[in-house]
Amino acid sequence: MAVRTEPFVLNMGPVHPSTHGVFRMRVTLDGEVVVDIEPVFGYLHRGIEKLAEQRTYAGIIPLTDRLDYISSMNNNFAYCLAVEKLAGIKVPERAEYIRVIISELQRIAALLIAVGAFLNDCGAFFTPFLYMFRERERIVDLFEMVSGQRLTYNYLRAGGVSQDLPEEFLPALRKFMDMMPRFMDEYDRLLQQNEILIARAKGVGILPAEQAINCSISGPVLRASGVKWDIRKDDPYSIYDRFDFDVPTQPAGDCYDRYRQRVEEMRQSLRIIEQAMKQIPSGPVRAEVPHLIHPPVGEAYGRIECPKGELGFYLVSDNSIAPYRCHIRPPSLINLTALRDMVRGWKVADLIIIFGSIDITVGEIDR
Amino acid sequence: MKFERYGIGIAKGLTVTIRHLLRHPTVNQYPEQRLNISRRFRGNELIWNREKCTGCGTCAKTCPQGAIEIVTATDMAENKYIVDKYEIDTGYCIQCGLCVEACPYEALYFSHNFECARYRRGELVQGKEEMLETPQRKVSGYFYPDKAQKLPGQTLLVEKITEKR
Repeated sequence: MAVRTEPFVLNMGPVHPSTHGVFRMRVTLDGEVVVDIEPVFGYLHRGIEKLAEQRTYAGIIPLTDRLDYISSMNNNFAYCLAVEKLAGIKVPERAEYIRVIISELQRIAALLIAVGAFLNDCGAFFTPFLYMFRERERIVDLFEMVSGQRLTYNYLRAGGVSQDLPEEFLPALRKFMDMMPRFMDEYDRLLQQNEILIARAKGVGILPAEQAINCSISGPVLRASGVKWDIRKDDPYSIYDRFDFDVPTQPAGDCYDRYRQRVEEMRQSLRIIEQAMKQIPSGPVRAEVPHLIHPPVGEAYGRIECPKGELGFYLVSDNSIAPYRCHIRPPSLINLTALRDMVRGWKVADLIIIFGSIDITVGEIDR
Repeated sequence: MKFERYGIGIAKGLTVTIRHLLRHPTVNQYPEQRLNISRRFRGNELIWNREKCTGCGTCAKTCPQGAIEIVTATDMAENKYIVDKYEIDTGYCIQCGLCVEACPYEALYFSHNFECARYRRGELVQGKEEMLETPQRKVSGYFYPDKAQKLPGQTLLVEKITEKR
């Protein structure tokens, strides 16, 4: 006799340790199998796009820190690119190199958190997470030395960076660069062949390449599905065309591949920093830009490859000191659109790790 | 799912965790052991230089939060502004540092002090007298490299020994 079941609606979140912030999923379950989910967000809405219309161009930079708060430098970078495009500002050479070094360090720090949180969701309770936080701490130390704060850096400016690197920065970075590959190997020894991780993550939550493109997914989630698309390579911004690095891809597009993809990307980031450290010239770090920028009437879209995908800022200027409109294209929100198709037919426990493998930050979804 | 040699991956992983068990701890016992903070520290207190400030109000215009309030009177005899009121509501301050960068007369700095919790919201508002530099409230080197040189160097985790106990 078949067991008669009926759908059951479960509210997961908004305050749940595995939702990475205040995020709610209305999950329809049949037994333990996920039939449908509906993401409900807006719990962290601060109206950043609207606030940006009332602030000066420099005053928006601290707001962008609070979008994806674990990769603040990348948010600054995307916004500054948009303003520079809008106002036609030329960035000095040394500032470009500083920006690349800083944003690649930030990418490593953000991917460490992404990998650690994913493993935490898989059940590796806090051991890998804390190891990765220790490495992130070294990077955050460097950022604190450069910008004076540890989370909301507010370091980049339209036309360069706020201050030059302190003289003790490059030796400290050298030490970090010597240490980091060893730690990456250590993580691989800890996790790569772990049977529990493979059993939990391999073949789970497959996102086919075609569907990933249709949902306009970007970043590591797209590349784990086998699509070679990296804005640093395909539409180089800043000075990324000067560096030699690969765009790694993974074949299957399951949760395990997304984890491997992030680890491989960290290694590529290390390669970029290594080259940038060798080439960095001396000189000014900030172009002559007035405090209040009056860009000509027009619009500009600046985009970068941030640790989660394509982050874009769309600015419309009406020749005043504040933008007429500021629209943000957050990668977390767009990557979330594929979640429903990825989790259908999987169990509740798999829902947690599929959700963790997308790596979202709620501050960016709700804005 | 089948594995040919079940348990090898976990055993390999355990060697890493056991090695970590034997290394030096990374954390510090905060109130007793203290680390040096960054020379460019951006904290919750600002330091205002009474002599250098001309009352132009650039800081208040630059502040994205509108946390700075400045009221000036005109001194007709000497042809300059007198700063009657200079207040920063540090409860609103997001420590972005734009005011320090904007000040054209080098009259505003961050403080290098980080232990500034208060019991009441009203105490968060800093007035003119509370914002002056004292031996307890040193000036941070944010945006002023010459001031940064005088401060002790930052403790870095990359330089700490984390290998063996």
